Amino acid sequence: MKIVVCLKQVPGTTQVKIDPETNTLIRQGIENIINPFDTYAVEEGVRLRERFGGGVTVISMGPPQAEAALREAISLGADEGILLSDPAFAGADTWATSYTLSAALRKLGQYGLVICGRQTLDGDTGQVGPQLAEMMALPFIAYVSRIEEIADGGMRVRRMVEDGYEVMESPLPAVITVVKEINTPRLPSLRGIARSKSVTIPVWGAKEINVEPDKVGLSGSFTRVIRIFSPQRVCQGEIFQGDVENQVDCLLGRLKADGLV
Amino acid sequence: MSNENYCGVWVFAEQRNGKIRGVAYELLARGRELADALQTELSAVCLGHEIDDVSSLIAHGADRVYRVDSPALANNQEDLLTRQLIGLIQQHRPEIVLAGATALGRAFIPRVAAALPTGLSADCTDLDIDADKRLLLQTKPTFGGNIMAVITCPEARPQMATVRPHVFSRREPDGSRKGEIIRVDFDRERTTSRTKLIDFVEEIAEAVRIEEADVVVAGGRGLGKAENFEMLRELASAMGAAVGATRAVVDEGWIAYSHQIGQTGKTVCPRLYIAVGISGALQHVVGMQTSECIVAINDDPHAPIFEVATYGIVGDLFQVVPMLTEKLRKR
Repeated sequence: MKIVVCLKQVPGTTQVKIDPETNTLIRQGIENIINPFDTYAVEEGVRLRERFGGGVTVISMGPPQAEAALREAISLGADEGILLSDPAFAGADTWATSYTLSAALRKLGQYGLVICGRQTLDGDTGQVGPQLAEMMALPFIAYVSRIEEIADGGMRVRRMVEDGYEVMESPLPAVITVVKEINTPRLPSLRGIARSKSVTIPVWGAKEINVEPDKVGLSGSFTRVIRIFSPQRVCQGEIFQGDVENQVDCLLGRLKADGLV
Repeated sequence: MSNENYCGVWVFAEQRNGKIRGVAYELLARGRELADALQTELSAVCLGHEIDDVSSLIAHGADRVYRVDSPALANNQEDLLTRQLIGLIQQHRPEIVLAGATALGRAFIPRVAAALPTGLSADCTDLDIDADKRLLLQTKPTFGGNIMAVITCPEARPQMATVRPHVFSRREPDGSRKGEIIRVDFDRERTTSRTKLIDFVEEIAEAVRIEEADVVVAGGRGLGKAENFEMLRELASAMGAAVGATRAVVDEGWIAYSHQIGQTGKTVCPRLYIAVGISGALQHVVGMQTSECIVAINDDPHAPIFEVATYGIVGDLFQVVPMLTEKLRKR
């Protein structure tokens, strides 16, 4: 079975600052990494290939440097990578991103399963998996924590919900998003590192995947970010002093006065 | 089609096992204010089977309820919900559609937006209206809550957002409010679900559910090891509280994921939140910062948890917590 894993390259920290002059994010000096949630998707793809055979293709939409994330995924066991990169793709929201990925999937042709991470570290939306599924008219299951079985053109999985997990079945091909509970990603192998350095990563632009220019990038995006800001946190709390017993008594006194105990 | 043909604010009233979930009432409270600012109507959309107390949606602010009742919708098969909601939106053309950013909402609402097609923002923590432009201003955390972004959908309609549970407070229900419940036939053309629910396994060990608890006692890495959660359980039992946890200790395997509070866990809004041995990473704080009263117990006076705490004790939790438990028991 051919497995496609979608991944995104993101800044390697959430501790980003806003430049007060330009009101944009300061990205200098921040190393880029594979979105941590996507590393579970890569690992699960590789494990499925080990169980059932086939191959793992990783695809990513991003600027030219996103190629590094694809090479890293190959060092972790993926077979091949495809970079979707074109100035026209820049500024895409989740709809335009999903549309671009769906066009790439159509060009890829045969595949049995598409795996995405549950959300990204930067945008935090978790929307590309379900939107990609809808555009491909494929079944979709979110928050998968275990793939129990793949057989007879279908799969049985567990997916996490607020108060437990659900066992779901779906025909294949399908799209899933995975949570970190699904596996523990391995470290790169020496053989994988060697392959990741030598393998050619094809770059597909708007022309190669045959997309309409007004449906990709910023012009294909329905949403606009009109402002970004840092949330303000100010300490207004009361810290109790004295020995432990005194602190506990003060606390209980306040909670009682507030009607909380 | 021009945007003037779209009017009204809609709330997707999520149900589970026939009970309408709390986030629906929270969204109706905020939706009412948004609809008033736009001088338009507020509607709730209720998809399910034999749902209890649909009229409560009107008491909580809806002018109209679109109700689709079918056994096929009983267990929230997402293929069906997606198709039914798309059909209703295309027919009635609301200008705004809101849904809870729950496991269900975040899984199927993006599909609705993709198909319509229109814009969607995820996991919003605030909503406002630019009344002149009739734009929904959607504030959402990004970078794990370190940066907030305000998002609009300037052209396409409806404007859609999923909204984090517990960020808005529900209104007191008003049983005298008048509204209309419109029964909509289940769309038989759209009945096939490709994914099938086989089983549900509940994974909450304790009696009190953290989303519904008035008091939550939560533990972090400062507890040192899994066994020390017992100390928290005793404090919780003395207060009738639920037990929560940070991602770090869930990752360590000290307690099940269903207790996790924060960015990738649950959002809670109890009257009292007691954070024990929790440093206060933003990813945790976003899941509890709207609690009415926050108590922090930590030995590091510089821990960021004290920035959001109402009351703080800087000290050894292994002394503070047992003493607190003992004094509460004696009351």
